[in-house]
Amino acid sequence: MQDRFNFQTQTEHLHARYVGTGNPDTPKYVWNNHIHRDTLASHIGHHSRMVYFCTAENEPMCRLRYKFLTKMIQPCGPPPPDIEKAEF
Amino acid sequence: MSEEQSKQRFAYTAPKQILEEAAQIGEDNQTRKQNLDKVEEKFKYKQKNRQLSPERKDVFNDQGGENGRTYAEIMIQQDLENSRSEIENKIKKTETLNKEEKKLVKQQVKVEQNVAQQIKQEKSEWEQESKDVSKKPQKWETPSRDGPQSSARASRWDNTNKLQATPGRAGTVFGETPTPGHMEIGDTPYKYGETPTPNRSYIKARWGERTPLAGQSGFGGGMTPHTPGTVMRTPMTPGQLGNMTPDRVYQFRLEKEMEERNKYMTDEELNSILPGPKDGYEILKAPENYKPLKSSLKKLLNAKNSIESPVQYQIPESIRIEVSATPSHPTIGQLPAIKPEEYNLFSALLQPINEDELTPEQAKERKIMALLLKIKNGTPQMRKSALRQITQSAREFGPAPLFNQILPLLMSPTLEDQERHLLVKVIDRVLFKLDDLVRPYVHKILVVIQPLLIHEDYYARVEAREIISNLAKAAGLATMITTMRPDIDHNDDYVRNTTARAFAIVASALGIPALLPFLKAVCQSRKSWQARHTGIKIVQQISIFMGCAILPHLKSLVEIIQHGLKDEQQKVKTITALALAALAEASFPYGIEAFDNVLIPLWEGIKTHKGKGLAAFLKAIGFIIPLMDVEHATEYVKAIVPILKNQFEIQEEEMKKIVLMVIKQCIQCAGIEAVYVRDQIMPEFFKYYWSKRTATDRRNYRQMVETTCEIAAKVGAAEILEKIVGDLKDENESFRKMVVETIEKFINQLGVSDIDQKLENRLMDGVLWAFNEQQSEDTQTMLSGFGSIINAFGSRSKPYFSQLGGVLQWRLSNKSPRVRQQAADLIGKIAVCMKNCQEEARLGRLGQLLFECLGEEYPEVLGSILGGLKAIVNVIGMNKMSPPIKDLLPRLTPILKNRHEKVQENCIDLVGRIADRGPEHVSPKEWIRICFDLLDLLKAHKKGIRRATINTFGYIAKAIGPQDVLSTLLNNLKVQERQLRVCTTVAIAIVAETCGPFTVLPALMNEYRVRELNVQNGVLKSLSFMFEYIGPTAYSYINSVIPLLIDALTDRDLVHRQTASSAVKHLALGVQCLGCEEQLMHLLNHVWPNIFETSPHVINAVMEAIEGMRVSLGPGNILLYALQGLYHPARRVRLIYWRIYNMIYVGSSDACVAFYPTFPNDQYNSYEKYELNLTL
Repeated sequence: MQDRFNFQTQTEHLHARYVGTGNPDTPKYVWNNHIHRDTLASHIGHHSRMVYFCTAENEPMCRLRYKFLTKMIQPCGPPPPDIEKAEF
Repeated sequence: MSEEQSKQRFAYTAPKQILEEAAQIGEDNQTRKQNLDKVEEKFKYKQKNRQLSPERKDVFNDQGGENGRTYAEIMIQQDLENSRSEIENKIKKTETLNKEEKKLVKQQVKVEQNVAQQIKQEKSEWEQESKDVSKKPQKWETPSRDGPQSSARASRWDNTNKLQATPGRAGTVFGETPTPGHMEIGDTPYKYGETPTPNRSYIKARWGERTPLAGQSGFGGGMTPHTPGTVMRTPMTPGQLGNMTPDRVYQFRLEKEMEERNKYMTDEELNSILPGPKDGYEILKAPENYKPLKSSLKKLLNAKNSIESPVQYQIPESIRIEVSATPSHPTIGQLPAIKPEEYNLFSALLQPINEDELTPEQAKERKIMALLLKIKNGTPQMRKSALRQITQSAREFGPAPLFNQILPLLMSPTLEDQERHLLVKVIDRVLFKLDDLVRPYVHKILVVIQPLLIHEDYYARVEAREIISNLAKAAGLATMITTMRPDIDHNDDYVRNTTARAFAIVASALGIPALLPFLKAVCQSRKSWQARHTGIKIVQQISIFMGCAILPHLKSLVEIIQHGLKDEQQKVKTITALALAALAEASFPYGIEAFDNVLIPLWEGIKTHKGKGLAAFLKAIGFIIPLMDVEHATEYVKAIVPILKNQFEIQEEEMKKIVLMVIKQCIQCAGIEAVYVRDQIMPEFFKYYWSKRTATDRRNYRQMVETTCEIAAKVGAAEILEKIVGDLKDENESFRKMVVETIEKFINQLGVSDIDQKLENRLMDGVLWAFNEQQSEDTQTMLSGFGSIINAFGSRSKPYFSQLGGVLQWRLSNKSPRVRQQAADLIGKIAVCMKNCQEEARLGRLGQLLFECLGEEYPEVLGSILGGLKAIVNVIGMNKMSPPIKDLLPRLTPILKNRHEKVQENCIDLVGRIADRGPEHVSPKEWIRICFDLLDLLKAHKKGIRRATINTFGYIAKAIGPQDVLSTLLNNLKVQERQLRVCTTVAIAIVAETCGPFTVLPALMNEYRVRELNVQNGVLKSLSFMFEYIGPTAYSYINSVIPLLIDALTDRDLVHRQTASSAVKHLALGVQCLGCEEQLMHLLNHVWPNIFETSPHVINAVMEAIEGMRVSLGPGNILLYALQGLYHPARRVRLIYWRIYNMIYVGSSDACVAFYPTFPNDQYNSYEKYELNLTL
C-alpha cells in the first residue's frame, strides 16, 4: 500500500519534470504523440541527420526544420474521439 | 461544537487574567532594566497559559459556516479584551496605591461576573489546598487520619479522576476546545506562588495517596478501605505529574527507585532468605527488655515501603523494571505504555470499551488517540506504521478530531524534545493531506506553534518554521491574514512578538510581494500604535529570516516603514530603527539607494534620542555605513565617532554591545585611516572597554574580541599587542582568557611579522605564565590560543621549547585529569612546529613521556594522549620514533578494547597509521592478533571509527598478505549482528581492492558454498562492494563470478536476489565499454524476472541493476525488453513496465529514438514516421 502510494507521488513528480514519461493508463495516442515529438526534436537537434533528410527531400534545411516544428504540434493528427483533450 | 459550548469554554479562561496581571506587575519592575532573561522567562510562562482558540469560520467554504467564529466576532472580542485589560491595568494601578490586595477579587467581579465566579471556585479550592498543607505536619506526627480530611482530599482527586475517567466527558474535553489553562489550574498549586511549592506539593500528594493503604497494613489506625488496582493506588498522581517538567519527572522516578532499593526488608522477606527451623536452625525471641530503636519517621518510612514491597524476595533487576513499568506504565493491548504524566491525555484508552457501542465519532477519536500514542511512545516500527496510517486517513478523520487531539499533546509541559519532533512530523504530514480543510484550525495551530518560534532549542524553532510555512501554503494567504490580523494589535506583547515572527515565515513561504500591501496597511494603522509596532517588527523579522532574499523588495520594505522614525510612540521609533538595521544587515553590501530617505531622519534621531532609542538608531546607522561608498562612509564615520565616544562611559549592557558593534563597522570602512583610529578611537576604547568588567560578561566579551581584532587589522598587530600584552599577567583569569583569545584571533589573521624580538619575549612570557596559572574548567581557550601563537611564530618559537617542555612534563604528571588532557592536546597541536624547529630530540622525549602515560585511567585524557602520540609519530616518522614502534604497538593492542569513543578513534587512527607506514616494525603474529581486536571495533557507533577500522584491515592485509586477514574476516561473516557483518563485507572488499581481487575471490567464492543464509549474503555483499571499488578491473573476473551470481539470482531467498542484483549493478557499471555485452545480457536475463518483486528494497536493487545494464548494454536493448509489457492486459504488469520505460526515457531519451516501435496508421491518426523511411 505504502509503496504504491509512494510510487504514485513519484510518478506525478516525474511526469511534471519529464513530460514524455507515461503510466499504465497512457493511451496509445498520447504515447505516440510523445514518441513523435521526441523523434522530431531529436532530428532537429542532430545536424547530420538534418543534412541527410535535406538531401533526400531536396528541401532547404530551414524549411525542413520549420516543417518538423509545426508537425510537433499535432504529430499524429487530432485526437481520436475517445480521448479527452485534457489528457495531454 | 456548538456556539454555546465554545463561549462557555472561553469564559473558563478567567484565571488567565489573574496570571497576566501577575505578569504585568512584574513588567513594571522591568521598566527599570530590561533583562532579556527575564523576558524570556515571562514569555515561557505566558506560553504555558495561552489557550487554544475556538474554531473559526472558513470564508472560502460555505458549509462550515455555522460552526466557527467570524472575523468580525473575533475583532470585537479582541477589542473587548484589549479594553478590559486596559481597565484592569487602571484598576490595578489604583489598587497598588491602596495596597489592599484583597480588593482585587472584588474589583474583578465588577469587570465580569462570570469570570469572578470562576475565580471564586478556584480560590476556594486553593484555600482548601493550603489548609491541607498546613495540616500536613500533624499527619507526620500521627499516622492516624480523621475522616473528613481524607474525604476532602478525595473530593479533589475524584475531581481529577472524573476528568480523565468518564469516557464521554473526556471525549468532549479533548474533542472540543482543549483549555490547558483549565487543566493546569486544576492541579498546579505552585503556579500561584502563595500556595505550596512544587516539591512539597507532590510529596504531599504521595503521602496523601498512601496513607490510607498504610492504615490497612497495620501501622496507623487507617479506616479508608483500599481496593487494589484502582487508580488511587498509583503513587504518582497523574494530574500532578502532568505539570512537572520532564526533568522533575525523571528526578521523581529516580528518587522513587532509590527508595525502592533502600527500603527495609520485611520479616517475610528475611524469613524467605535466611535458613529456618527446617534447616535445623532455631528462631530466637528477642529479649524482653529489648526495645527496638524506632523513630516515628522510620516507622513511617517502613509503612510507606511496605505497601509496595513484594511479598517474595525479588531479583534487583525485576524490582527495577517493576518500578518503572508498573503501576505507572500500564499497557493496553497492542499499545505502548502510557507515561504517568500523560494519563490525563490518554486515559480514555485505558477504559475497556465495547467497540460496537461507540458512535462513529467516538470510534474515530479513539482511533486517533491510539495512533498518536503509538507515534509518541511506540517502537520505531509501530511509530512508522501509525504515522503512515494517520497520514493516509487524514482526510477521513477530518481536521477537527485530529487537531483537537494533537494540539493539547503539543502543549503539554512534559513533552520531551523527541516527542515534540514526532508530533510536529504528524502535523506536517497531516497538513499536507488536509490542504484547505485546515482553514478553520489555522489559529488553533498557530497558538500552539508560535511559542516554539522563540524556543531556546534551535530544532524546535526550525520545526515551528516548517509547520507555519506549510500551514501558509495549505491555507493560503487570505486565510493566514484574516486569522492573524486580530493578534497584530493584541494587548499582550508576547502574542504580538510571536505573531510578527509567524508573519515573517508566511512572507517567506508565499513571497514578500504578496504580503506587501497588507504590511503597508498595518504599518500605517492609525488606530493603535501596537499595530504599527507589529507591522514594523514583521519587516524586521522578514529581513532576519530571509537574508539577502529581501533585496528585490528592499526599496518597498524601507518605504513602508520609514514613517515609523517620526512616530509619536517611542517604541515604534525604536523598532523602526532596529528594522532598518536588520534590513541593512541583510542587504549588505548592496542597496544603499533604498536607504537614502531614512538617512536624515536617522541622523536627526541620533541627536535627539537617549538610552535605548539612541542605541537602536546607532545600530541602524552602524549597519548602513558599510553599504555606503567610501567618501560618504568616511564622512559619516567621522561624524558618528564623537557621539559613540560619548557613549563609552555608559555601562548599560545593550548599549555597550551596540557601541562596540558600530565601532567595528566604522573601522571596517575602507576610507578610515590607521592614524584616525590610532588617535581618535584607540585611547578611549582601551580606557573604557579593556577592563575586567567586560571580560565577565559573555555577550560583550565576544563583541569586544571582534572589535579589537578589527582595530588590529587597521593599525597592525604589534601595536595592539603592545597595549594588551601586559594584561596576560592580570590576576583575573577570565580577563586573561579574553586577552589570549583576542591575541589568537588577530595573530591568526595578521601573522607575527611586525612583532619584534622584545615584544615576542614579553608575549611568550605572558602566555606561558597565563598557561601555568589557569584554574578554571574551560581549558579550550588557553589551549587553542597557545597552540596558535606557537604555530604562528614557527621557527621563532625554538628558544621557548625548553621551558615549554618542562611545563608540559610537569603538567602531564599533574593530578588533575583536565590539566593532563590539556597538556597532551597541546603536544598534538605543536608537534609540527617543533619538528620545524629541529626539536626532534625533545619531541622524542615527549613521546616517551606520553608513552609512559598510556596507563591513564580517564578515557578523555587517554584519548588525548593517543592523539599526542599520533601527532608525534606523524612528524618524526616510524623509524625515528621514540619509543620504538615495536614497543609502542603491543601497548596499544589492549587499548583497542577500550569502549570509549575518543580512545577508540585515536587508537585506531594510530594503529592504522603504523600499519600503513611501518608495518615491518611489528611481527605478523602481532598484526593477526590486532586483526581479531579490530573486529570488535566494527561494532562502534561512530562511523569514523568503523571506517578507520576497515581501512586498517586493508593496510594490515597489504603488510602481511591477505590470507590470514581474510580467513579472520570470512569467519566473522557467521556472526549474528548485522552491522558487524556489513562492516566485515566492506573490509573484505577493501582487502580485495588493496591486494588484488585474485587473492580474495577464490576464497570468497568457496565460502558461498556454505549453506548458510548470512554467509552467502555476506559473500554477495562483499562481491557487490568489491565490484564497486575495483571498477573496470572487474572485466577480468566477470566470467568467473557469473555462475555464482546466477545461482544467487535464482535463489528462493529474497535477500539473495537483492544483493546479487546490486552486485550486478556495480559489475555492469564497471565493465561498460569493455566488450562484456554477452555476459551482461546473460545476467540481465536472470535479473529481469525479478521485476515483479514487491518488497521495496528488492525492487529498488533490481531496478538499479537494470539501470546499470542500460548504461553498459545501451538503452535499445532494455527498451526492447520493456516494450513487451507496456500494454499488457494486467494493470499490475503494465505498472512496472511503465516504470522501467520511464527510467529508460529519463536516462537516455535521445538514444531511444532509433529504437521506438513503428505503428501502422489507424482510421483517426497517422502514426507512421515517414521521414525515417527516406533513403538515399
